[in-house]
Order: sequence, then structure tokens, then C-alpha cells
Amino acid sequence: MAIDVKEIKSVLIKPIVDNNPIALQILGVCSALAVTSKLETALVMCLALTIVTAFSNLLISTIRAQIPSSIRIIVQMTIIASLVIIVDQVLKAYAFETSKQMSVFVGLIITNCIVMGRAEAYAMKNGPVMSFFDGIGNGLGYSVILIIVGTARELLGSGSILGFTILKPIADGGWYQPNGLLLLPPSAFFIIGLIIWALRSWKPEQVEDEK
Amino acid sequence: MSANNSFARTIIVALAICLVCSVLVSGAAVILKDRQQTNAKLDKQKNILRAANLYQENMDVEGAFANIDRKFVDLETGEFIELENAESFNQRKAAKDPQTSIDIENDIAKIGRRSKVATVYLVRDGNGKAVKTIILPVHAKGLFSTLYGFLAIAADKQTVVGLKFYEQGETAGLGGEVENPSWLAKWPGKKVLNQQGEPILQLVKGGASGETEVDALSGATWTTAGVQNMLNYWLSENGFGPFLSRLDVNKGEA
Repeated sequence: MAIDVKEIKSVLIKPIVDNNPIALQILGVCSALAVTSKLETALVMCLALTIVTAFSNLLISTIRAQIPSSIRIIVQMTIIASLVIIVDQVLKAYAFETSKQMSVFVGLIITNCIVMGRAEAYAMKNGPVMSFFDGIGNGLGYSVILIIVGTARELLGSGSILGFTILKPIADGGWYQPNGLLLLPPSAFFIIGLIIWALRSWKPEQVEDEK
Repeated sequence: MSANNSFARTIIVALAICLVCSVLVSGAAVILKDRQQTNAKLDKQKNILRAANLYQENMDVEGAFANIDRKFVDLETGEFIELENAESFNQRKAAKDPQTSIDIENDIAKIGRRSKVATVYLVRDGNGKAVKTIILPVHAKGLFSTLYGFLAIAADKQTVVGLKFYEQGETAGLGGEVENPSWLAKWPGKKVLNQQGEPILQLVKGGASGETEVDALSGATWTTAGVQNMLNYWLSENGFGPFLSRLDVNKGEA
């Protein structure tokens, strides 16, 4: 099995702009709303989701020839769920405070459509190595959006980035009036909407055909 | 592909996947258990220190805990007791077991049952036995969830040193504000008990005044009521009342 570097590059880069799981496929939006009020939780979520997607793709692709088609979805679910539990356990052991803030959302990676979607759409049809990189690529695509949203929400909502004060809030004797709306989940909807708008103005081929 | 789809094949693959996955999951849980428990313990200690207003960012939590005593109280009599399973005692589990809990008759806190034994934490002053702060675990039902917290009272058995909730699932932005540091900052210095040891603190809407009133949470009537019930229950004769009246703060005995 020859590994094509160009192909790897393409599955890594494509999901970031051309085929972004959040902005184009509109998958995984629930967690994108929930964990982006601070950049730190967004980063941990990105890492967790990228790892889960990459390894679930790798494992599912490895055994794809053995999976009976009648139970393939439940087999995928079992593998994904096991990976998510392991990630959750590791977070509880090594990043307790962050895992507490993320609460159920780590567990909810199981139901994140990106993971299932990539397993079903890519890993069931392609080799393990390519599937692994496809998982990383889609994880990166998800991460790019989460990082943009997380940065915007933390900066405008709390005046800080990663906990370091950038715009000093009035409450602490500064000049910046934090925008409370950005700490609430709906603001992520608006920001994701703006990102999709910007992306589709830049790349008009992403706009759906009018029916 | 057809061989893949036979009945026997399906069962074998399903079993194999389940076996491998369960080994991986239980392996991770067992290997990481120690570390997780240390984290959970440290987190609890931090919350206790926060309630007693002793917590600072990046402090040595274990060191700060050297002056804090963990004691068990028989709530009925108010006496200190020794437990055999002191390390593993879990008040929440004890409250569910009919052997170690009682059914609450006048259940104002809406918690159903409570453990016969409660853990309390006593902050000793630097050298002696004298108690500086009494930290009591308290909980009550709010609107959606049970609020769990620690209430720290000064040695006069009347004045609040601090209050901290460490677990709640109330509406974020409304009832969830019980965790808001600026609301909790209103508590220190208030009087929760009078000379006779009766709960007197009131949560009032619109402009609390004096040392026996605290502002209610706006837009969170039921959560506020939960906090009020929590104080009324746990500081009453049915809660920590007997212990508080029995405790000798100079000797640190009860």
C-alpha cells in the first residue's frame, strides 16, 4: 500500500477551508456552542475531538473488512464510545479543573456527528493511514472554527484570552465594558453564522444551489 | 462480503469488539483511578478552603490543610464520634443507606433522608486546640438540582465566615448565580444564628439591610428559597444544632 504524500496533504488541508465540518457540513454545532465561552475549554475540546476522530477512523478502517454491514453502525458507536470514555478518564486524571468545566460535553463527543460522519463516510471505504489523517484533518477543521469562536467570545465577553486580561473590564478599574451576550451560547450561533457568510463570500462554490 | 454477514460471523464480531473495548475502558479506569481520586480530594479541599476564605490561587492546598481537622459528628447528640471507615466515609452514600441514615420528618430542605453522621471541618488556630472556624457541609434542593456547599462559621457560632457551593445544576445566569463570587462575597460577617442558636438569617428581595439579611438572587426565587431552607434545616435542632451548642470552641471538643 503506497502512501501518497500529496493525498495525505489533501485530506489534512481540505476539511479546514474547502470542506469544513462545521462551516460547510454544519455538523458538531452543539458542542461548538457549549464549550467556546472560554478559549481554554475550546482548545481542550478540539484536542479531544481530534484524537477521538483520528483514532476511531484508524480503528474502524483497520477492521472495516470484518464488520458485518448489519451491525456496522453499532460497532462504530462502540469503538467511538470506548475512545471517548478513555479520553474523559485521562482528562479527569490530568486536567481535572478543565474537565469539570466541560462536564458532559466530553462524553457528548460520542454523539458528535463529525466522528460518526467520518467513520461512515470515509473510514469504511479507505485505508487505515488515510483514514487516520482524514480524522486529524476534520479535527483541525473543527478546531479552526472553535478557536475563532472561542477567541472572539472570551475576548469580547470577558476581555481576556486564555485567562490573561487584554481589555481591562470596568469592574476591575479598566475601560472595557464586557459584552455579556458573548458568554451565552446563542452568541456562538451568530459568530458561526458570520464565519459561514465570510467563507462563502470568499469561496462562492460552497453556496448551495437554489432549488 | 456475504461471508461477513452470516449470523455466526455477526455474533463473533460483536463479541470480539465488546471484549476488546471493555478491556480498554476498564484498563484506563483502573490505571487512572488513583490520580483521579487525588484530584477529586484536592478539589474538595480547595472548596473547603474557599468556604473558609483561606484559598489563594496556586497555594499549597495540602499544607493549608494541616491546620484543618476532619471530624465526624453524630447529628442526633452532637458528639464527636470515631468511625472505622474514616478514610472512605461518604456522607452522600451514607444518606442513601437505611442503616446509616434517617428519614427526615419535617423535610424543609427537601432532601428526603440524611446521614446520621456528618463530616465537619475545624480550622484550628496556629498552635492550640482552639477552633477558629467551623466548616459544615450543607445541601438542599433548589429548583432543578440539589445544591451542595460548605458553610463556614466563626468561633462565636453566629457569624458567617464564608459560603461556597461546589455542585449545583440550576439555570445558568439565574439560579446558577449561587456560585457567583460577588454574591457569595455578601455573606461573610452576616449572622446566621442568634444567641440561642436559632437560624435567623433571611434572604430578602430588594435591599438587604443589617447583619441578618442577605440579598436574594434576582430571577431565582426557588433557588433562593432552597438556600434559605438549607440554612434553616442544617442549622436547626434537626441538623447541626446539637453539635453547635455542644462544641467547646476553646478546647475544640464536642
